[in-house]
Amino acid sequence: MARRLPAVDVVLVGFGWTASIIAQELTDAGVQVLALERGEFRDTVPDFATTHIQDELRYAVRKQIFESPKRETLTFRNKRSQQALPMRHLGSFMPAAGVGGAGVHWNGQTWRFLPGDFVIKTRTTERYGAGFIPKDMQLQDWGVTYEQLEPHYDRFEYLCGISGQAGNINGTLQPGGNPFEGPRRRGYPLPPLKRAAATELFDHAAKEVGFHSFPCPAANTSKPYRNPLGVQMGECTYCGFCEWFGCGNYSKASPQTTILPVLLKKDNFSYRTHCDVVRVNTDSTGKRATGVNYVDIHDQEYEQPASMVVLCAYAQHNVHLLLLSRIGRPYDPESGTGVVGRNYAYQITSSVDVFQKEILNPFMGAGALGQAVDDFNTVNFDHGPHGFIGGGYIALWNTGGRPILQHHLPKEAPTWGSGWKKAMHENYLTATSIATHGSVMSSRQNYLDLDPTYTDAYGNPMLRLTFDFRDNELRMSHFLTEKAKLIAQAMKATSIHARFRKGPYSIVPYQTTHNTGGAVMGSDPSTSFVNPYLQSWDVPNLWVMGASVFPQNPGYNPTGTVGALTYWAAQAMRRYLKNPGPLVTA
Amino acid sequence: MRATPLLPTSRRRFLRAAALVPAAVAAGCASPSGHRSGAPQHAFFTAAEAEFIDAATNRLIPNDELGPGANQAGVTGFLDVQLAGAYGRASRWYMRGPWADGTDEQGYQSRLTPAEMYRAAIAAIDDKCVALRGKRFAALDDKAQDDVLAQIESGSLGLHGVPEKQFFQLLWQNTQEGYLADPVYGGNRDFAGWKLIGFPGPRYNYLDEIEHYGQRYTRPFVSLAGRDPDNQREA
Amino acid sequence: MRHGVLLAVLLALPAGMPGAAEPPPQHARTAPGPYPTIARGRYLTRIADCKACHTADNGVPFAGQRAVPTPFGTIYSTNITPDKTTGIGRYSDEDFWRAMHLGIDRTGRHMYPAFPYQFYSRMSRADVLSIKAYLDTLDPVRMENKPVELPWPMSMRWVMKVWNGMYFDPGVYQPDPHKSAQWNRGAYLVQGAGHCAACHSPKNMLGAPDLDNPLGGGMAENVFAPNLGNGKRDGLGLWTAADIAEYLHTGSNRWSAAAGPMAEVVQQSTQYLSQADVRAIATYLKDLPKQSDDSGDDEAPAHHIDEDVMARGKAVYVDNCEGCHMRDGRGLADVFPPLADTSAIQAAQAQTLIEAVLVGAQKPATRARPTGLRMPSFADKLDDGEIAAVITYIRNAWGNHASPASTGDVANLRSILRNGPPPQS
Repeated sequence: MARRLPAVDVVLVGFGWTASIIAQELTDAGVQVLALERGEFRDTVPDFATTHIQDELRYAVRKQIFESPKRETLTFRNKRSQQALPMRHLGSFMPAAGVGGAGVHWNGQTWRFLPGDFVIKTRTTERYGAGFIPKDMQLQDWGVTYEQLEPHYDRFEYLCGISGQAGNINGTLQPGGNPFEGPRRRGYPLPPLKRAAATELFDHAAKEVGFHSFPCPAANTSKPYRNPLGVQMGECTYCGFCEWFGCGNYSKASPQTTILPVLLKKDNFSYRTHCDVVRVNTDSTGKRATGVNYVDIHDQEYEQPASMVVLCAYAQHNVHLLLLSRIGRPYDPESGTGVVGRNYAYQITSSVDVFQKEILNPFMGAGALGQAVDDFNTVNFDHGPHGFIGGGYIALWNTGGRPILQHHLPKEAPTWGSGWKKAMHENYLTATSIATHGSVMSSRQNYLDLDPTYTDAYGNPMLRLTFDFRDNELRMSHFLTEKAKLIAQAMKATSIHARFRKGPYSIVPYQTTHNTGGAVMGSDPSTSFVNPYLQSWDVPNLWVMGASVFPQNPGYNPTGTVGALTYWAAQAMRRYLKNPGPLVTA
Repeated sequence: MRATPLLPTSRRRFLRAAALVPAAVAAGCASPSGHRSGAPQHAFFTAAEAEFIDAATNRLIPNDELGPGANQAGVTGFLDVQLAGAYGRASRWYMRGPWADGTDEQGYQSRLTPAEMYRAAIAAIDDKCVALRGKRFAALDDKAQDDVLAQIESGSLGLHGVPEKQFFQLLWQNTQEGYLADPVYGGNRDFAGWKLIGFPGPRYNYLDEIEHYGQRYTRPFVSLAGRDPDNQREA
Repeated sequence: MRHGVLLAVLLALPAGMPGAAEPPPQHARTAPGPYPTIARGRYLTRIADCKACHTADNGVPFAGQRAVPTPFGTIYSTNITPDKTTGIGRYSDEDFWRAMHLGIDRTGRHMYPAFPYQFYSRMSRADVLSIKAYLDTLDPVRMENKPVELPWPMSMRWVMKVWNGMYFDPGVYQPDPHKSAQWNRGAYLVQGAGHCAACHSPKNMLGAPDLDNPLGGGMAENVFAPNLGNGKRDGLGLWTAADIAEYLHTGSNRWSAAAGPMAEVVQQSTQYLSQADVRAIATYLKDLPKQSDDSGDDEAPAHHIDEDVMARGKAVYVDNCEGCHMRDGRGLADVFPPLADTSAIQAAQAQTLIEAVLVGAQKPATRARPTGLRMPSFADKLDDGEIAAVITYIRNAWGNHASPASTGDVANLRSILRNGPPPQS
């Protein structure tokens, strides 16, 4: 029997990036906010201290910084004719657990989506005709424009102290920046990071091939920084233990290093850890959320009433919660109707390993230390001759050279034995790898629903993921990889190894933690779960944050846009608090 | 903020919190130059299993002109501790049924934990070696051991009840871990793995070096537990 | 050197959340006086840092019961909410004045100098009574005071009479007519409400501060509170008045960052100083002479620094410290405090550094600098010899000159932190 607790104004499910931003904004607006986090409290010291955080085995290999599938996982299959089976240990993606969420262990690659990404359906139809869109592709505009989000991108970038080189300030192209980016109101708060040997090589090669190379925007600070909240960050020291680790010297933006020092001191904010939310409650009309139920570490269930509920958990966990709570119409792939679980998407990646002679010292790196070209991102080139939709960036990320998981060996190198040793000896310091990072458009066949067989730790049906790369994505990725090969060849390589992404999608090797969709945003309630302000169409006091609202996944890492959308939604919530009700009439 | 777990901000509470942090050092077992004495005591492996692991890992990473192999690097001891602990028990994995084979894309679907997988596989491989070659794996010569390992890798040895390709992947992954993880975990002894490749260890500041393109980094190897005893001074 | 604990420990005791918003003033329970008096009282309550000691860990603010361990035994702070039976609700203005000015409670008993009445005695009657006016606006909290746990003869209150006779010189601050009003205001705050000398003075074996050299540096709990004189090496000689003001307001400046007990003082007290008062304090401190003894001279006293220790210390530094403090010991402006060329690092004793390495440290989380950046504990990672070596290195690298730290010093503090102080002999 759930114990009923005193009501709060706003309850947040999860306490990562989006919850931290919403909490900061809504407590400023004067309401009482409670965040419920399934993991533990974590902070730079002692949890990520330089005394012990640089431990590849413990964090990256044994995955102690992520969620534990024992408690929460999903089932997976490539297609509906298969039986979905549990993801028994983490592989393809690494959701976080604990305060700060994935904002603790991310690399810090902080992009803005292109203006065209938000209107991709309109744009594609206008430019190439409606017939250009494959039959089973559920392409959608977002219901929000780049121009509307621009101030919110700016806020997130200044919150985080992003290091980068602007490419377009108010319509004026800036030398050295990304000429394809949407216009920004001002430059990045910090200059670009130092370049590593490998990114320097990439830069020369990309330019030689005729592409527009620029330093990647990084939530790793190139200088000490104080953000608009007064919170201080250090300077990145290129330790090479960024992604899959917490930062030990306050130089990677995370909720802990940008918001929590201010938020945690507020009287009208509180949080509870080890609280797993299992249900969003609604009243008898089903049109109003009344709060959430959660289970604590002692398996005691509590009912937490609230006037407003905001889902701030990881993308697929938000969707799982909606399905378990029977809120919104579940998606049916047969008819293509229903909205909860619709338009799950991911990222398609590939790489080209480069073997050359110069010592690159790959271990000197930072999570978002990279050099990229954007010439082939989603809307930056003519798709007519290629017949696919979407694109991505090509980058050389010098994130680190951690020995177990971050070494590159030539294709012909023996996989073990003395030959392996020799290849390790000869290549560790001199090899590098170019990544392609591509969009995944939504497909009628890719979706989330509840598993009929497997249950989670609470006896609830697990989430079931049905996903595969479609022909559109595989052809796009092949195209990108071919372009990456051109750069690789120009890097004075002694050999290269192009690792094309081939189907079917596998949940085993790590690719990216960029799972999107399932509760998407849009201006049509028949194809979106939330309106353009991230407010549920059906239940106006329920909101969904994070990449679960992406209608499809563009070619960039999601966090910059997740941050911007959260500020955008927070602004709408302030309006809502003054006059509760739907902000958009369906 | 109230009524919830607080940041341990007061000095006294901070002191306590700091004392509770499980130091990585405590998670490990040996100093970077820890050495064996006498017959090794194992937490997980039987003597016969340890012989198998000694033999197999030393073929996967042999001692040769480029430096120490898995045995000198302490890989068996590393594996023993890993399998005796949380990893061996799959303590973070979802290990409930129903069980099905699944596709390669669906990943690990064996009901065996890593520890159980090792136990079953080693016994099955030794049985097979005795049946085919008259000797347990550890007693075979190098060439024969390499052949057997290659068969396991390709799934062609024909083991009963053990997914041999999966076992080989596990063994090879764990062997690399033992050779390349921080020495606090008992492997990578005397920085054998890091010296082979040139990784200096968990240092935290390359501001002065990162733009020195093409130059080799020269600071001594370091572990989370510190340096070699004979290299504890800086001029 | 532990004798100073009796007094100094007080400032080491934190209370509640850093920078937590003050509870809004409650409506008056007793005749509160006019609002400006209450507002001044609230300000002075912060400057006198009353809450820090009079609040238990996670306790009700001002309700007392904070355990104050001393080498002689444990003293508990008292309830100073206006509760009539357990607090100070029955104190008349005269009672309160006598307590603050003479260290005598309402029943006529002598209080222990863990309550720094020696310093509060310098405060004017108007200021003292404004503090009472503020305290009277708090919600009364019923919280029985705990008896002190001191062995005989310290348990005998009359002993304090003797102590007072020897070390206590009551009296309100008398301005120096040769100095400016600003200087006098600074002196008044430093010597009175701020009770800076409680930590920053050398103490004798009975815990009494050296009144002849009140800011000459001394032990405060386990750390060394550096001298505040104007020596360039280990005093404030290189600091401008603006540097002092920035430090007191934000917790750090280009020379140093507050840590340990001082971080809590900044967080709970000095960050709230008005601009005029912080400038007054800076003016007064900048006028202090250099320390004349060897602990405060610009010229480092001759210490033998073992080259091998320096080489080992440098290795420990390179492996453990330069991720934040940087290779050249310059730290990061405003983020990680510099170690090179700073007085706190070259203070007469290394205790502060030993404690920082063993326990970790945290900068104050102030309104101006809310982050409260932390340094981790290295107690589990470095052994006593390594810690002594790295501290000796830091105190003597990059142009620094100071006495070495010994392995025994580290072992001693490690033992105190683990087991509490050894019994007084």
